[in-house]
Amino acid sequence: MNLNTPRLTSLALAAAMAFAYSTFGDTPDEEVYLAPESFVAESFDGASPKPSVLWITNELKPDIQKILGHDYPALRVRYWKDKERTAWILEEIGKVKPITVGIVVEDGRITRLKVLIYRESHGWEVKHSFFTNQFTDAELTEKLRLNKNIDGISGATLSVNALKRLGRLALFLHQQALR
Amino acid sequence: MTKNQNWKRLAAAGIASLTVFGSSLAAQDELPSREEMWAIIQKQQEQINALLERVDTTETKLVETEQEIEVTAGKVETTASFVEGYVSSGAASGGSASAAERTHLGGYGELHYNFGKADSADFHRWVLFLDHAFNDDIRFVSEVELEHSIAGDGQPGEIELEQAYVEFDLNDTDTAKAGIFLVPVGILNETHEPATFYGVERNNVEKNIIPTTWWEGGVAYRHTNDSGWAFDAAAHTGLFAPTSGSKAFNIRSGRQKVGSAEASDGAITTRATYSGTPGLQVGFSAQYQTDIAQGTLAESIDATLVSAHADYQRGGFGLRALYARWDLGGAAPGINGADEQFGYYIEPSYRFATEAGDVGFFARYSVYDNYAGSASNTEDAFFDIGMNYWPIENVVFKWDVQFTDYANSAKDEEIINIGVGYHF
Repeated sequence: MNLNTPRLTSLALAAAMAFAYSTFGDTPDEEVYLAPESFVAESFDGASPKPSVLWITNELKPDIQKILGHDYPALRVRYWKDKERTAWILEEIGKVKPITVGIVVEDGRITRLKVLIYRESHGWEVKHSFFTNQFTDAELTEKLRLNKNIDGISGATLSVNALKRLGRLALFLHQQALR
Repeated sequence: MTKNQNWKRLAAAGIASLTVFGSSLAAQDELPSREEMWAIIQKQQEQINALLERVDTTETKLVETEQEIEVTAGKVETTASFVEGYVSSGAASGGSASAAERTHLGGYGELHYNFGKADSADFHRWVLFLDHAFNDDIRFVSEVELEHSIAGDGQPGEIELEQAYVEFDLNDTDTAKAGIFLVPVGILNETHEPATFYGVERNNVEKNIIPTTWWEGGVAYRHTNDSGWAFDAAAHTGLFAPTSGSKAFNIRSGRQKVGSAEASDGAITTRATYSGTPGLQVGFSAQYQTDIAQGTLAESIDATLVSAHADYQRGGFGLRALYARWDLGGAAPGINGADEQFGYYIEPSYRFATEAGDVGFFARYSVYDNYAGSASNTEDAFFDIGMNYWPIENVVFKWDVQFTDYANSAKDEEIINIGVGYHF
C-alpha cells in the first residue's frame, strides 16, 4: 500500500471539491428543520390562533436575566395561545450562533420542544428528538429551574445548555401570558 | 299598538291633564303665566339641544381617540420590529457589526499548582479561538495556544497553532474541512476545555497513548444521521517518531505539530461515534500510517492505532472509560518493546447542584505502557481522586490527589494538584 501524503491529500481534496461544487449551488442558507409557521399550526391541530404579544417589561427583566444569564434580545415576544396552551418561538446562542426553538406549554408543563433552525457546526445531536423528547412534561420550579433532569450530550454542552435555558424561559413566559 | 300610537295617547292624556292643571294655575296669580311657561320650555329645549350637540361631539372625539390609539399601537409595533431588525442585522453600527458578528472570539485557560516531590506552579495553557463564518455554510476555525506561559529559546513554553481549517457544510448531515485540525480520536483530544473534564491535569493515557492534544494537517469528512451516529474519515499528515535514544518510537514524541512537517508518509483516521441516547456517547477510532519513521529507516514502520471510549452521564452520575492501543510494524520498534503501546482508564464521578454552583467528585484508575512489547515490566499505573467545583458553567476550580505506581518504584510519589480553569 503506497499511502503517500501528497497523492492522498490531492485526491481527497479533489473529491471534496467536486462534491462541494455539485451540492453547494442550491444549499439553503441555514438548516431549517421546520418552518416556525408550520410548528405553530401543528401545535394547534392545524388552526393557528392569532398571535399575541408579550412585552418584556421591567417587571419581567430580572427573572428573564436569572434564566438566560442576560437580557432577552427583543422588546416583546410573539406567542400563540388557545385556552391553557401557549406556543413560543425563541432563540438563544449555543456557542456562536442562535438556535431557533419552538416550545409548546400547556398547564405549566412543556408538551413539545423542537429545534426549528440550527446554525452551529457542533452539537448537532440536540436537533434530534432522542434529545429534545427529554423536555416533555418538564415544569418550572419556584427557583425558575426545570423540575426534571435533562441528560447532556458529550461534546455538545453549550447547545444543550442553550436549550435548557429556552425551556425554562418558555415556561416562565407562559406563566406571564396566562396571568 | 305602535310606538307612535302610544306617544299620541300619552300626549293626549298629558294635554288633558295640563289643561286641568292650567285652569287651576290660572286661579293662582303668583304662578308664571302660560307665555312665561312657554318661554321656559323653549329655553330648556335650547339647553337640551346644546347638550345633545356636546354629547355628539364627545362621542366623535372618543371614536377619533380610539382610532389614534390603534394607529399609535401600530406605529409602536412597527418601530419595535424595525429596531429589532436593525439591531440583529448589525445596521445599528453602520453595517460593520454584521461582519464583526460573523467573527467570534473564544478561549480557555488553566492554571495549575502541583505539589509532589517537586512543587510547581504553571499557567499550563492560555488558548484563543478565532472563528469566522464567511456565510452560513463556510467557516474558518482556528485555535492558538500559549503553553506554560513563556515561549522562546530556553523557555519552558511554546506557541502553537492547534487548529486552522476551513469547514464546509455540504448539506444537513455532511461537512468537510481542510487545514490543521484535531485528530478524531479519544474523548479529550477534540473537547478539552477545563470545565468539561475532571482532574487538574489531563489523564496520562490520552496524553501518552492517543497522544492528546494531537493535530495534523489534511482533509476530513463527517457524516451524521438522525439516529445519533456520526462517521468521520480523515486523510492527514502523520507522526514522525524518533528512531533512536530513550524516546525511540515513543508515540507522543512523534508529534510534528504540522511545523514544516515531514510529510512523505501520511495517515488515515476513521471514527464512528454514537450519541443517540441522551447522556451516552460511545466512540471507536482506527488509524493507519504507512511509516512513522517517514522513510528515514531502511524498513517501513507502519503503525495502527485502535481506540474505543464511552462517556456516560445519567443524572449526576458519570462514567468515562477509554482503551487505546498502538501496534508498530518493522523490526526496529521491537528492540525496546515500543512495537506495542497501550493504555486504559476508568473514571466514575458524581456531580450535583448546590446553591452556589455545581460540585462533582471523581475517582480514576489508569494504566499505560509505551513499551508493552518488552519482556520486563514497563507498565505505569495511577489512581486519582478529587473534586471539581463550578461556580458557573464556564469556570471550574479543581483539586485532586494522584497516587502513582510506576514500573520503576523509585519514581513513586503522591501528588496534590490544584487548578482553576475557564472557557468562553
